[in-house]
Amino acid sequence: MPVLERDDAQVWRRRTTGQSLVRWFGWLLGVAVFVYCWQLISASTTWFFVWDAPRIANDIWTRATPPKWDYITQLGRPIWDTLNIATLGTIIALFMAVPVAFLAARNTTPSALFIRPIALLVIVSTRSINSLIWALLLIAIIGPGVFAGVIAIAIRSIGFCAKLLYEAIEEIDHGQVEAITATGASRWQIMAYGIVPQILPAFAGIAVFRWDINIRESTVLGLVGAGGIGLQLSASLNVLAWPQVSLILIVILIAVMISEWVSAKVRGAII
Amino acid sequence: MLRLEKLTKTYKTGDQALKAIDLDVPKGQVLALIGPSGAGKSTMIRCINRLVEPTSGGVLLDDVDLTKLGSGALRKARREMGMIFQEYALVERLTVMENVLSGRLGYVGFWRSFLRRYPQSDVDEAFRLLDRVGLLHMADKRADELSGGQRQRVGICRALIQNPKLLLVDEPTASLDPKTSRQIMRLITELCQERGLAAIINIHDVALAQMFVPRVVGLRFGEIVYDGLPTGLTPDKLTEIYGEEDWEATIEKVEDEDVEAAE
Amino acid sequence: MSHRELDDMLGKGWRKPAFIKNAALRWALIIGFVAYLIAAFMTIDVDWGRVYEGLDRGWAFVLAFTSPDFVSRWSDIWSGLLESIVMTVAASVVGILISIPIGLGAARNIAPLPIYLICRAIVAISRALQEIIVAILLVAIFGFGPLAGFLTLSFATIGFLSKLLAEDIEAMDKVQAEAIKASGARWMQWINYGVQPQVMPRLVGLSMYRIDINFRESAILGLVGAGGIGATLNTAFDRYEYDTAAAILILIIGIVMALEYLSGIIRARVQ
Repeated sequence: MPVLERDDAQVWRRRTTGQSLVRWFGWLLGVAVFVYCWQLISASTTWFFVWDAPRIANDIWTRATPPKWDYITQLGRPIWDTLNIATLGTIIALFMAVPVAFLAARNTTPSALFIRPIALLVIVSTRSINSLIWALLLIAIIGPGVFAGVIAIAIRSIGFCAKLLYEAIEEIDHGQVEAITATGASRWQIMAYGIVPQILPAFAGIAVFRWDINIRESTVLGLVGAGGIGLQLSASLNVLAWPQVSLILIVILIAVMISEWVSAKVRGAII
Repeated sequence: MLRLEKLTKTYKTGDQALKAIDLDVPKGQVLALIGPSGAGKSTMIRCINRLVEPTSGGVLLDDVDLTKLGSGALRKARREMGMIFQEYALVERLTVMENVLSGRLGYVGFWRSFLRRYPQSDVDEAFRLLDRVGLLHMADKRADELSGGQRQRVGICRALIQNPKLLLVDEPTASLDPKTSRQIMRLITELCQERGLAAIINIHDVALAQMFVPRVVGLRFGEIVYDGLPTGLTPDKLTEIYGEEDWEATIEKVEDEDVEAAE
Repeated sequence: MSHRELDDMLGKGWRKPAFIKNAALRWALIIGFVAYLIAAFMTIDVDWGRVYEGLDRGWAFVLAFTSPDFVSRWSDIWSGLLESIVMTVAASVVGILISIPIGLGAARNIAPLPIYLICRAIVAISRALQEIIVAILLVAIFGFGPLAGFLTLSFATIGFLSKLLAEDIEAMDKVQAEAIKASGARWMQWINYGVQPQVMPRLVGLSMYRIDINFRESAILGLVGAGGIGATLNTAFDRYEYDTAAAILILIIGIVMALEYLSGIIRARVQ
């Protein structure tokens, strides 16, 4: 806390005594909560394993290197599936997210009292739940496979895309909408001429951004059986085939880097 | 042609923007609406084409009361009134041509407008208008590449292609430099004359209003306090509209500038 | 002159100029994309019979949301949820504390080059590896339990926060920082007075956002044995106990909503 002393009696403090007390109490409480959390974690940890960790890490490292390079031949199809899960999932999500976003945005929703809360609920519930959980759920319903992965990614992305999109819609310049309205345009024409051109760049940016994230997420969906390269990862882990695991991890890393590069390029081209 | 009858607008906050305005605008007359900010100029213009819903009173365009129209009939009525905006309000990411053609939205169906398949007569008219304002070569430029004056010209084309009887012009020069302001005002008044259009021009620049229009209406706190010739705007009248200020200097300066502009 | 131009144009149609000017490239992109979509759709084998059968279960799950069962597995839910929260809190605290120095180091305008490169490398590694993969590795090394989850989330927090913090510092107003430097401040003082006030609001906002993400992620770490509510959820799905699963999902959504609301308030206050 900065304290400046002037002359003899004049002392300037940033906060009053009461404020300082509240702040100190806040910090104390924070530290107490953290210590409590740490104790809980510590209590359910087998510390013997932790002390043994460096040896085990070293052991895994020696087993995992060098990667089993020729295993790559079996990864072609899983990589293709992963790409499809991410791309198709993103496209489906965008189709669903657009109407949700228009219903959720304050300036376009037909009813702020009834429809907007429903749209917001759709957004928050699809967004709060990780795609792996959606995949688990869908596998229980429609069985394992790529299709479950596509739908899981699509559902998870709806809320994400719709949230960013409705924020973009709420930020549009109302003057342009007003001008189109003044020409005698119909509701849909106002949408097509007054609103859509304004949010199109945001929409494209969101699509590519989410596609990038979905590539990452679809690489691990296979862990729960929803197709893609994660299936191979899970299978290799189950049989402790560490050289295969390391190769798969390298492939995933490369895929993630490529998708990030593509998305950065495309976003750069749009904006 | 346009008659406002006891037009009143009270906002939800309780602010009375318009207090029972009565006004008659004959066919082909251009009038300037002056007044301090917050006097209700913008509200009045927007109440006429119901971008803002009036609280009570009537807006009669050729004896049809616009305030009583349903949404379909209102859209038809809006086609008769072209609007020009302060910040141009062009759709920035569309081309100049699309912006001009958007003035025809009230006449063409959704799919036609969506696919940008406007009737040839509309396209020709858009070309003619762009040529008239000297922007034909810019037709395929995006609106956000244009300068302020150019954008306002596109805005004028968009309003005119509606084939309106009346122009509603909201502070057309507020975002422009003095020279461009005069050019735009001249263009608007000339076009109104060519086409026999009536116009209501909101403008806070008294000098500019006096230069170009035959009739001035002064608004203060939502009431008309002056209605007459621009030459009748004496310092006393201006004080009544805007409040205390040394008006002599302003008016004289205006006349000086006028001379300069004439040279 | 211009009128001749006009006469040439009258009577001719007008088409909107295409977004991609080169017609060959435009068509190649369109055809390529359509071909990809077709290929992608063809390779997803959907067992429609299985999907049809699943519809009943899907409907049962939707119905479960109207009558979620919090009671019968409450002790499992409670311990899982507590573990998730504990991991979130501890990992967020540690992650944020570590990410501040790394964020400072990863900002090119205040860090010397060697430190910059090291910090950027840490950020890049942390961002490239997804939580779930890190969790798998850490579980293999440290054994099952929330410690692995805690470390995973801390590690992910560092990548996320440091990067955004560094970008924020790089974009800050130079003049303010220079004014403090000109007063003869030492490096720490300079950071404290010249840099911190500028980036603090955003740091608080991002930290809140990350806490939100950490909680959502903590819900899936249990799938690979790294502690938290995920294990309980997975069990519920395995046993087709949709009402329990629905209860857990409702709790997750509720907590995420509460966190978002809280972060909205805090962000509004620090600005």
